[in-house]
Amino acid sequence: MIIVDDVVKEYQTRSGPVRVLDHVNLIVRPGQQLGVLGRNGAGKSTIIRLVSGTELPTSGSVRRSMSVSWPLAFGGAFQGTLTGYDNLRFICRVYGVDPAERVGFVEEFSELGIYLREPVKTYSSGMRARLAFAISMTVDFDCYLIDEVIAVGDARFHEKCMIELFEKRADRAKIIVSHDPHYVRAHCQNAAVLSQGRLTYFDELDAAFEHYEQVAALTSAG
Amino acid sequence: MASLSEPVVPAVPDPAADQSSLRASWAIQRRVVWALVMREVLTRYGRHNIGFMWLFVEPMMFTLGVTALWTATKSVHGSDLPIVAFAITGYSAVLLWRNMPARCIDAVEPNRSLLFHRNVRVIDIYFSRLLLEGAGATISLIVLSVVFIATGQMDPPEDILQVIGGWLMLAWFGCGLAMFLGAASERSETVHKLWHPVSYLLFPMSGAAFLLSVMPPEAQAVLTWLPMIHGTEYLREGFFGSQITAIYDMGYMAICNVVLTVLGLAIIRVVSDSVIPE
Repeated sequence: MIIVDDVVKEYQTRSGPVRVLDHVNLIVRPGQQLGVLGRNGAGKSTIIRLVSGTELPTSGSVRRSMSVSWPLAFGGAFQGTLTGYDNLRFICRVYGVDPAERVGFVEEFSELGIYLREPVKTYSSGMRARLAFAISMTVDFDCYLIDEVIAVGDARFHEKCMIELFEKRADRAKIIVSHDPHYVRAHCQNAAVLSQGRLTYFDELDAAFEHYEQVAALTSAG
Repeated sequence: MASLSEPVVPAVPDPAADQSSLRASWAIQRRVVWALVMREVLTRYGRHNIGFMWLFVEPMMFTLGVTALWTATKSVHGSDLPIVAFAITGYSAVLLWRNMPARCIDAVEPNRSLLFHRNVRVIDIYFSRLLLEGAGATISLIVLSVVFIATGQMDPPEDILQVIGGWLMLAWFGCGLAMFLGAASERSETVHKLWHPVSYLLFPMSGAAFLLSVMPPEAQAVLTWLPMIHGTEYLREGFFGSQITAIYDMGYMAICNVVLTVLGLAIIRVVSDSVIPE
């Protein structure tokens, strides 16, 4: 279970503190597929980072009783001057996993071949995304945090990723953050809507979409 | 909106959520620092030619260069000690307090993307770099000492325990200063700009190139404010013992070290909360 308890997150800017999340509550249960809807800049990435523990809340707390991934498919979380192999080893060391068992999977899945021996900064964005996704799948988490639609490589590779994530890991909890209702409908059972720092949870997807359209219309009008 | 349901937060925290026993935290810390050390070694030295051996070959080359320079110019240091022995003890100490901060200033930026991983924290970046710098300087000192002692250029240290003690105090000073300056550099770019000239100017005053006892009392009164001079004098006394008159106040140095360490940890704490990954 993940419990986000009364979390406030503020960032310092030149024009004073900005409150991105304002007393947010959320519970994620094992195996739950939860969508988080929000317009650009609503704080979707912020909530993902707080749940992952990458950043700490200004007040309130995030408690985890299951293992939670880092925010996936960022292409981030890697070191550009290291090779693909060395990035894999780094991640394995950090999460206490034996790299020897995972090399085969990453080689096969990423289809990067000899480029795994080259620094990641020389990769194209598509290659980087393939490596990122392959490495993300080497550590077994109870809950995966997925930021935006994972735009990974071509259609065939995208298909492979979807199978890996949603079929082979169907029993794992997922928090999927998106501004695209179609993507959330395809993969989630419940959804929460993030708007103006507030998070509203809905058991029913339809209710969530209805609310999302309302706040989207409201914020664009304002 | 009937379907709107706010999640209820239990008043009592789930006991299973608390996985952070001290032992588990220690294991994670070790894992993360080791991963960062390996990452650092690979990006700095790569797998070419002598690879990670640059870690101590580089400081050794510095020390040897300074030793050769001082020997060639017959540097006056105010004692009967051979210049080789003098240079190796003095310059190795400089490596600790100068390179550690140099490595920790602006250390977060190249590692920023790695902070996406929950257990990788800002302090781990500093720990890994300090570990590497400390190891490099220490191996360099040991190798050079052994070589020069074996070839008769230097006498073996008179009190090895005092040498170790002095070295550890200098290393602690380097770590404290490095954490303080490293974290401060995240708050202000001025730190980066100032440290280069300051460290350069501190070098001739740090006791690396002279013994405090040969200085006039007025100079001594000023120089003893510098914490590293006490460590260097103490280290030299361990090496040369009766041959020199060392002046030091290890209590003062320890207080400076504690203050720097506490300040450093405090600023790291503040910085950790404000550093945004990516």
